[in-house]
Amino acid sequence: MAVCVETEAAELRGVYNSGKTRTYEWRVSQLKAMLKIAIHHEKELIEALNSDLGKHEHEAFLHEIAAVRSACRMALKQLHRWMKPEKVKTSMTTFPSSAEIVSEPFGVVLVISTWNYPILLSLEPVIAAISAGNAVVLKPSEVASATSSTMSKLLGQYMDVSAVKVVEGGIQETSALLVQKWDKIFYTGNSKVGRVVLAAAAKHLTPVILELGGKCPAIVDSDINLTVAARRIISGKWGCNSGQTYVSPDYIITKKDYAAKLVDALSSELEKFYGKDPVNSKDMSKIINSRHFERLSKLLDEEKVSGKIVIGGQRDKANLKIAPTVILDAPEDSLIMNEEIFGPLLPIITVNNIKDGINLITSKEKPLAAYIFTNDKKLKEEFVQRVSAGGIGVNEVTLHLAEDTLPFGGVGESGMGSYHGKFSFDAFSHKKPVLYRGFNGEISARYPPYTPRKLKFLKAVLSGDIIGIIRALLGW
Amino acid sequence: MAASVSVSVSVSVVPAAAEGLRAAYTSGKTRTYEWRVSQLNAMLKITTRHEKDIVLALNSDLGKHEHEAFLHEISAVSAACRMALKELRLWMKPEKVKTSMTTFPSSGELVPEPYGVVLVISTWNYPILLSLEPVIAAISAGNAVVLKPSEVAPATSEVMAKLLGQYMDASAVKVIEGGVQETTALLEQKWDKIFYTGFLDHKQLALFGDEVPVYLYLNKFSTGNNKVGRIILAAAAQHLTPVILELGGKCPVIVDSNINLTVAVKRLISGKWGCNSGQTCVAPDYVITTKAFASKLVDAISSELERFYGKDPVNSTDMSRIINSRHFERLTKLLDEDKLFGKIVIGGQCDKTNLKIAPTVILDPPLDSLIMTEEIFGPLLPIITVNDIRDGFNFITSKEKPLAAYIFTNDRKLKEDFVQRVSAGGIAVNEVTIHLTDPALPFGGVGESGMGTYHGKYSFEAFSHKKPVLYRGFTGEISARYPPYTTRKLKFLKAAMNGNIIGIIRALLGW
Repeated sequence: MAVCVETEAAELRGVYNSGKTRTYEWRVSQLKAMLKIAIHHEKELIEALNSDLGKHEHEAFLHEIAAVRSACRMALKQLHRWMKPEKVKTSMTTFPSSAEIVSEPFGVVLVISTWNYPILLSLEPVIAAISAGNAVVLKPSEVASATSSTMSKLLGQYMDVSAVKVVEGGIQETSALLVQKWDKIFYTGNSKVGRVVLAAAAKHLTPVILELGGKCPAIVDSDINLTVAARRIISGKWGCNSGQTYVSPDYIITKKDYAAKLVDALSSELEKFYGKDPVNSKDMSKIINSRHFERLSKLLDEEKVSGKIVIGGQRDKANLKIAPTVILDAPEDSLIMNEEIFGPLLPIITVNNIKDGINLITSKEKPLAAYIFTNDKKLKEEFVQRVSAGGIGVNEVTLHLAEDTLPFGGVGESGMGSYHGKFSFDAFSHKKPVLYRGFNGEISARYPPYTPRKLKFLKAVLSGDIIGIIRALLGW
Repeated sequence: MAASVSVSVSVSVVPAAAEGLRAAYTSGKTRTYEWRVSQLNAMLKITTRHEKDIVLALNSDLGKHEHEAFLHEISAVSAACRMALKELRLWMKPEKVKTSMTTFPSSGELVPEPYGVVLVISTWNYPILLSLEPVIAAISAGNAVVLKPSEVAPATSEVMAKLLGQYMDASAVKVIEGGVQETTALLEQKWDKIFYTGFLDHKQLALFGDEVPVYLYLNKFSTGNNKVGRIILAAAAQHLTPVILELGGKCPVIVDSNINLTVAVKRLISGKWGCNSGQTCVAPDYVITTKAFASKLVDAISSELERFYGKDPVNSTDMSRIINSRHFERLTKLLDEDKLFGKIVIGGQCDKTNLKIAPTVILDPPLDSLIMTEEIFGPLLPIITVNDIRDGFNFITSKEKPLAAYIFTNDRKLKEDFVQRVSAGGIAVNEVTIHLTDPALPFGGVGESGMGTYHGKYSFEAFSHKKPVLYRGFTGEISARYPPYTTRKLKFLKAAMNGNIIGIIRALLGW
């Protein structure tokens, strides 16, 4: 397998150097091909997602397939504009001159994807790489095997395989890939592996985009439309792959005197959404595999926590299902409050006042997203100012990443770099400044031999000192 | 501000310094507009009131003429301060963003926030500029910052430690002097961003200090080939720290025939020997021209060189000296290689005592000679001749991407091809090095020449996290979003996404 990887990488480089992937026509052909995949093979993709994740067609379509189509369409629509050099106004220091910033591909890039939104998180970065003119290798997650093989098959069928390759496999294949030199690496996953990717990239000075996770907090204030807030929280947590989503609310912070109301609202809306037997609801994705099921069970079974379950807690090991579960006031040193949960468990932490909540959040690592439900303008402002996260949603969860005009990415432990919309094109482009001059506009004061008079003149020019300029020119 | 004593700081101080900076940052002090302005004003005082001290230090370290010291370093730092002071309010303002139907009704904005506590590692060839400009950038973006100047330029390192200690808020802006040991200790700490300027490879690492400790310490982060940029990245990887690397490369210049040769040559000389004797990351490293044009080019260079530096250029005080004897030896080794015998057409004189090398031009050194495979970083200029100028393109693109690439030509098609085909940090047409003085252009490398950019507004952005914020109210509920999932809801949503009005109505009516 390792030998294959080296040969494939060399092939890609040859193809890239031929210049083929840089043309507008090639990029458009590939984007159209990708769109065909997302349209003609919707059923197959949905089936694969159901096989890997028990993901309901509703989520499979909305969260993954529709988003991939939309990324293709946007790129097709905007590509001419994105590819156009950006004219730049130059300053006095280089007068007379003109300049522009030219977007060029990095070259041959590697996209390493993950298992929770395997279609979206594989294809959207690939679309980004292609739109920017790169040759690309996609390494889907082997943990989601059905989607991995479906993507491999479909991309093999529809895309230009000389420049767009899929390499399936596990740790061995990923390691072999990381040994190669890439001109950019785009990794979605966890921070532990993120460090490994960065370290491997360091050897080749390869720039990296890391889309990682974190414990995304949601503060719930009291004077709000609680029903709407509860629905949005439920939708962003359990309605997103059973909470196995990087931007799902990981835990909630609310005031002690509001907690009971919040729990009741959640309980009531949860029943409306998933019925009285939620652990058997088909609307919720299953837990990806037994390893993660064990991991989540362990979080619930910890002594400090097991007595604090106020909603749910039911599990079905055979079908890898866990009911929507809410835990009230798990201790700060419990596992569930220190690991990224990535599942259908929602701790609620209560505080005396909301500001304590903000302090709690800022004492932890920067998450991929942070949320607040409030109508209080001052609180909103304070939250936005003080809480550093990849992105922030006010009175909403997870939805901000559906917005193409907002860059999506992390900061600190939650990652580096961003994409979506035009940011996707930018993520895979080197913005090369070009300065144009003619042969006039010579300032001989620049040149040796250096004299005090020349220096005086230049100093005067730099300070815009007209009298000084004249004096210097006259030799005074 | 209390004056700090500028002695080499021992390694044990580093963790406490990092902790102090983090406390200062967490207090929120560095985020206020007022603090940033106060620091920018303080920095401006340093460059305006202490111009003389700085010029002297640059002369001591590099033999840099006051003309270059002022133009290339001091005035650039002052300009960066002034621009930041002028634009800061605008830069700090959140950028409103139009939101789309998917999140309707909503509003969005991008809020720039500092990363937190950042590390700037500087270098020796433009020690003032390459230390203070990134520090100004970090401050303008609201970060707390540590500056590690290069110990290879000790006078400027000392003067910066002294002056920043005097003028800046020492709780949030620190200078840590020292060598490999201090750098390693710094790299072990967690930073929210690292900005590194440097170049050359492990052979030059020996210049940081004793050879043995170099490899001992750097092996901690060793990536196998010990190029410093890679070491920085490897150290940063442990903490998931984003890094800006401003590295170097062999910056090529293509010289076409149908041009104003005199002007081209003046600019070439100025960008090479007039910039710290070629010890500049964006200095033209080598020239490519056609065989037919080469002798004209050599003659023009020879003649302008004499106008600039006189008949005894090795003793000209207008040119910086070579930084130290190790680099001097490195450069003479490039010249002394057997393969270069007989190919030196201009200069070649060396003065070991004063560490001066005359402007030297070598015609057609073999492509596998040291001088054609290593970054030169000195006053030696190889000229490679080709049959067709476009062969030059192929040569350039066969090498690693440099920090800058240049072309002198009036041929429009050639310009276009060059800009299209040659990937580099930046490109200049009919000019060399000057593109980095324009604050409207981002300055940085690509591939082996680095990652990330700064200058002008890009400096502010280099040290800012642009945080997107989506605002919604409690209206605009689309119940089709929510479970229980039904076929009808999905039909509705599909229709809504396609903008299919009939579909939406049908779905709403349950058809």
